Amino acid sequence: MQLETKIYQKENNTNIPKLLKESLKDIWESRFLARQLAERDIKAQYRQSYFGILWAFITPLLTAAVWIFLNLSGTVQVSDTGIPYPIYVFSGTLLWSIITEAINSPSQSTSSARGLLSKINFPKEALIISGIYKLLFNSAIKIAFLVVFVFLFGLGFHWSLLLLPFAIFGALLFGTTIGLFITPIGMLYTDVSKIISIGFRFLMFITPVLYTIPEEGIMRTVMQLNPMTPIILTSRDMITGATPEYLGYYLVVLLLCIPLFFIGLVSYRVSIPIIVERSA
Amino acid sequence: MDEKEILVKAEGISKKFCLDLKTSLKYGVQDLFANFGRNNKAAVLREKEFWAVRDINFELRRGECLGLIGHNGAGKSTLLKILNGLIKPDEGKVTIKGKVSALIELGAGFNPILSGRENIYNNGAVLGFTKKEIDAKAEEIIDFAEIREFIDMPVQNYSSGMKVRLGFAVAAQMEPDVLIIDEVLAVGDLGFVLKCFKTIDTILPNTAIVFVSHSMPMIARICNQVILMERGKSDYKGYDIVKGIGLYYNKFSNNNKAIIFDEGTLLFNSYKLNNSNKKLIIKRGEDLRINLNFNVVKKLDYAPLIYLEFRDKEQRPIAGTIVNELKTEINSDELNYDITIKNVLFSLGLYSIDLSVSSFENKTPILRINNLISFQVDSENQMWVPIELESECKVY
Repeated sequence: MQLETKIYQKENNTNIPKLLKESLKDIWESRFLARQLAERDIKAQYRQSYFGILWAFITPLLTAAVWIFLNLSGTVQVSDTGIPYPIYVFSGTLLWSIITEAINSPSQSTSSARGLLSKINFPKEALIISGIYKLLFNSAIKIAFLVVFVFLFGLGFHWSLLLLPFAIFGALLFGTTIGLFITPIGMLYTDVSKIISIGFRFLMFITPVLYTIPEEGIMRTVMQLNPMTPIILTSRDMITGATPEYLGYYLVVLLLCIPLFFIGLVSYRVSIPIIVERSA
Repeated sequence: MDEKEILVKAEGISKKFCLDLKTSLKYGVQDLFANFGRNNKAAVLREKEFWAVRDINFELRRGECLGLIGHNGAGKSTLLKILNGLIKPDEGKVTIKGKVSALIELGAGFNPILSGRENIYNNGAVLGFTKKEIDAKAEEIIDFAEIREFIDMPVQNYSSGMKVRLGFAVAAQMEPDVLIIDEVLAVGDLGFVLKCFKTIDTILPNTAIVFVSHSMPMIARICNQVILMERGKSDYKGYDIVKGIGLYYNKFSNNNKAIIFDEGTLLFNSYKLNNSNKKLIIKRGEDLRINLNFNVVKKLDYAPLIYLEFRDKEQRPIAGTIVNELKTEINSDELNYDITIKNVLFSLGLYSIDLSVSSFENKTPILRINNLISFQVDSENQMWVPIELESECKVY
């Protein structure tokens, strides 16, 4: 039997197709590891708690309840969104949280595996995939609530609701792509994660998460340019059955994300040895 | 017989590290960007950098075991990380054939809250097993680890020995072509260590092993090649294990005597070996004459008992002698012992002597000094065991 030969040396990382092929091969071969790591973290997260998995339902329900109360009591008066405000907010925050969690997920998974990285050679891509699994699990419950609300608030069934998985996928792809690019530097300098968390707090205000795009003014221009806007708006339109206004921009962003995602994977792959050497 | 195939080949491996974290991170970012372009420029040391591993070369065939020895910080673990593909060498090239397993940390991927059984799957997955393989081997692993009663208990309640057992049981299921072992076998009780060795002995003929240890007996037991590292460089490399181990021991000279108990009755003055104050080298098989000189501080009726304990380079006690003279009255304030150790059978190497003095009447301790005397034994044969027995032999 021919033995597999591995060569470790300083080399030119210019052959991106070859690196990408290796990366995708590792993703495929480490699918069990990715699932196992996700399962481990999810189990561990709920085992040491009395209510266990119930917590996953409590948090989104409470958030929704607060917004419904604020709206019904007239505390918050937001310009007409075209759909019931609770759904507007709930879908907005849900999508927003998927994007931001997807951005943080590669760094978090890699960071929490520092100990492993410096001891054992395993396909590092499994960390990214397990992060996505965890994110999907945590979001799935919220998504289920969102679908229930859509019916509860009388929006009824739309065929575009079937596109919901695609919308989630789009948000995931967008976030993970950004996440892959910031992970290498973020693993070296903790400043990166601080900048991200502060930055996104402000970014939310120029994205139609809690309110719609104003009719005019500089804010309108900024919000329309923001690449997160089409992600949030188009996904929300799919959920509520409205005609998507920013479909063109949405598709451009997603199509751009696909090659960038693969480049991100390659960059992650070649950066790992340096991260292990400097900070693991 | 044909030479077996070379599984590991290291050619001029070098790796530089940085002394200071801030600078290291800065270089890290530079390296990240440099990584994407052409990257085959010769490595030069930047400011605050040093060579953690410098120009290491070796070849390892199936069935061979390479021992990496050297004191802490000599670059052994860094070299292992390079061999394992965790970090890239700055210069040189490693070629490895076949499946590589590393026993660097046992129980990697364990989560303390989850049960032992669940963690078998976590650890197995990290080591590259498929779910099917683990399903098939789970029972065997539990038996091997001998923790069946506790297998559904959270791992956080395991003793450290149990964790290591479980981790090793999973790792032992691997069938690697190349096995990399770092210090892990040092933990665990004797039963565990014996079990580890048994496992290693079974896989050794079909495997190339790289073994890092500070335990020379372990190195001598399984290695057939050794590299002694010092400040990243290879100080000795070859098949003469005993020579390598000898050179390793010579790096540590511990001449500091330590008074660990002093009752105040006697004051140790000086010693002579074979009537000389100088550092002594005797030939194996010769007698060793030790003269000990004390001042008597408090009144003593009879000369106290003397016990001498010999230690080898590893500080293992290997021999002792009780000087049990008849009742001797003390008349002056000076006290001398002339002791002759006959026919010293120690093997080549450095030895030290601990002294303990106790009262003649009731054996209570008076004075204990560790590492009081050191001497060297010269012999034709190099052995790593401390005592070379005399033997006679007839061959027909």
